[in-house]
Amino acid sequence: MTHAWLLALAALPSLAGAAEGGFALEEANADVSNLASLQRGARNFVNYCLGCHSAKYMRYSQLGEDLALTEDELSANLMFTGSRVYDTMDTAMPAEKARQWFGNAPPDLSLIVRSRGADYVYTFLRAFYADPSRPTGVNNAVLPGTAMPHVLAGLQGLQRPRYEQVTGEDGHATEHLVGLEAGVPGELPAAAYDSFVRDTVAFLEYVAEPHKAKRLSLGVWVILFLLMFTAFTWFLYKEYWKDVK
Amino acid sequence: MADPRPATAPASGRLARLGAWIDERFPMSALWKEHMSEYLAPVNFNFWYYFGSLALFVLALQIVTGIFLTMSYKPSATEAFGSVEYIMRDVEWGWLIRYLHSTGASAFFIVIYLHMWRALIYGSHRKPRELLWIFGVLIYLALMAEAFFGYLLPWGNMSYWGAQVIVSLFGTFPVIGDSLVEWIRGDYFISDITLNRFFALHVVALPLVLIFLVVAHILALHEVGSSNPDGIDVKKLKAPDGTRLDSVAMHPYYTVKDLFGLSVFLVIFAGVVFFAPEMGGLFLEAPNFEPANPLLTPEHIAPVWYFTPYYAILRAIPAFAGTQVWGVLALFAAVLLLFFVPWLDRGAVRSIRYRGPIYKTALMVFAADFIMLGVCGLKPAVQPYTTLSVIGTIYYFAFFLLMPWYTRIDRHKPEPLRVRR
Repeated sequence: MTHAWLLALAALPSLAGAAEGGFALEEANADVSNLASLQRGARNFVNYCLGCHSAKYMRYSQLGEDLALTEDELSANLMFTGSRVYDTMDTAMPAEKARQWFGNAPPDLSLIVRSRGADYVYTFLRAFYADPSRPTGVNNAVLPGTAMPHVLAGLQGLQRPRYEQVTGEDGHATEHLVGLEAGVPGELPAAAYDSFVRDTVAFLEYVAEPHKAKRLSLGVWVILFLLMFTAFTWFLYKEYWKDVK
Repeated sequence: MADPRPATAPASGRLARLGAWIDERFPMSALWKEHMSEYLAPVNFNFWYYFGSLALFVLALQIVTGIFLTMSYKPSATEAFGSVEYIMRDVEWGWLIRYLHSTGASAFFIVIYLHMWRALIYGSHRKPRELLWIFGVLIYLALMAEAFFGYLLPWGNMSYWGAQVIVSLFGTFPVIGDSLVEWIRGDYFISDITLNRFFALHVVALPLVLIFLVVAHILALHEVGSSNPDGIDVKKLKAPDGTRLDSVAMHPYYTVKDLFGLSVFLVIFAGVVFFAPEMGGLFLEAPNFEPANPLLTPEHIAPVWYFTPYYAILRAIPAFAGTQVWGVLALFAAVLLLFFVPWLDRGAVRSIRYRGPIYKTALMVFAADFIMLGVCGLKPAVQPYTTLSVIGTIYYFAFFLLMPWYTRIDRHKPEPLRVRR
């Protein structure tokens, strides 16, 4: 990889660290340059997310252009909400109803990867577990108390929490979530579910900055041009200063 | 020694006749000669002398990209955030214009900080350049205001809460505090009204102030002439025939040299714009990709990196006599002290090359101290950052306030008669 250092620089903004609940984030390893992954992710997003979440800054036409889909492929595979090709990806669910059903409206996901990081979204979607005390029957290790139901339970199945007894200074024992383990199996084996989530996160990462691929590829040429320009200005400078004694 | 450029050839041809026509009505050639082709600058400028022209370039870049952003941006609380995303996605090359502008803001401060550092190491602020330095500090102040107003415009959650924190500083003033804050915001909280006035100040008022100050800064510079890394007066160095020694014409010598400096700068700048526009959350902060939400405070509010040394000073001063105003006063004092540096410095020589060990040490520690304060200001107010902030603040003030004393007792080396090449 000739531009390895540039890519290393590009990787700087990725958010590292732990989630609010102290649950360690796992690396998403999503690849926004993998077109097939993005296409699968788009399908996943439309089938499983768009029912409640919008991506209101993302235009279907841009999506078609960047994911190498014709207008017909777009409308046959990704557009179910009666939208037209120049519309943005709005959800069909009215915000007012959503607030009544879930307590708060599901957030727009256009920029979720830029505000929370890809690792956060990846870990979040894999961190649902059975919790009968919640109205949805599930809780999330990354975002405890989330109002979001586990819409992917059919695919992932339902994980069980693993607790550890911790005795506090007051001698009172409390339970701490230390991990998740397989419970009710879903349609997909664990590895297949992970790659399902990875595709979805890759798509969301693309949606957060649709021109990122263009930015990175153009950047290489701009830098190369500027390096040549620098060589030219260096010789110009030396030429003029030759007679300065 | 290079001669200044030869005088322009006598008027012949259409272009020359046009030039002559203009010169009879406007001092075009005279201005060009005075400020470029016959403006003599010391021959020994080094690396640190690139940043003035770079600051000028970044100012132009910010104005041009700013004009294009204004064409698509909507200064309203309901539309601002969406219009920035519209620029990032739907406007042709909008993403590039926006990243140039957001990176340009940080680059402006980097360049200005290095430019000020140059003045401190080579004593560029010393007599007769006090007013030149004062115009420079005014530019720095205007730039801070410009950056602060501009940071609210994307209407992200960090924009909102950052503005909230900074504006509320004025609320600590006794008696007038609350009404002052209300007057700044134009409302009881940061609102659409605040956004609108910050927009007006960011795109009209402060750019005008900045341009005026930059012109004054350059006029003052060309009146007294540039200093140099040896800190000696090259204006006095004359050959027997009366021509200036150790000097070259601004154009073409320093225009080509600065062009080279600019190209190196552009390589680095483009590296950030294209490969790390967020700069790990330093230039564009993650919470700012969520729209402003008055009900949801970001986990950790910190100003953008270029304000953090002063933010650390603000937090280092404890509440006292029932008010927080002391921290705010320290913050203002820290900036205002810069105005007095030409008079605080009593050293017998200008340049660090001939200064004694005390000033050398004090200045290097000051640079490290300023960076340390910047890091502390970025971090949450926990140990060890709180203690380091206090130590950093004490040193910051000691560096300036004790300057008249330690620069006077410092041993200095004799200055050379001619500049070193």
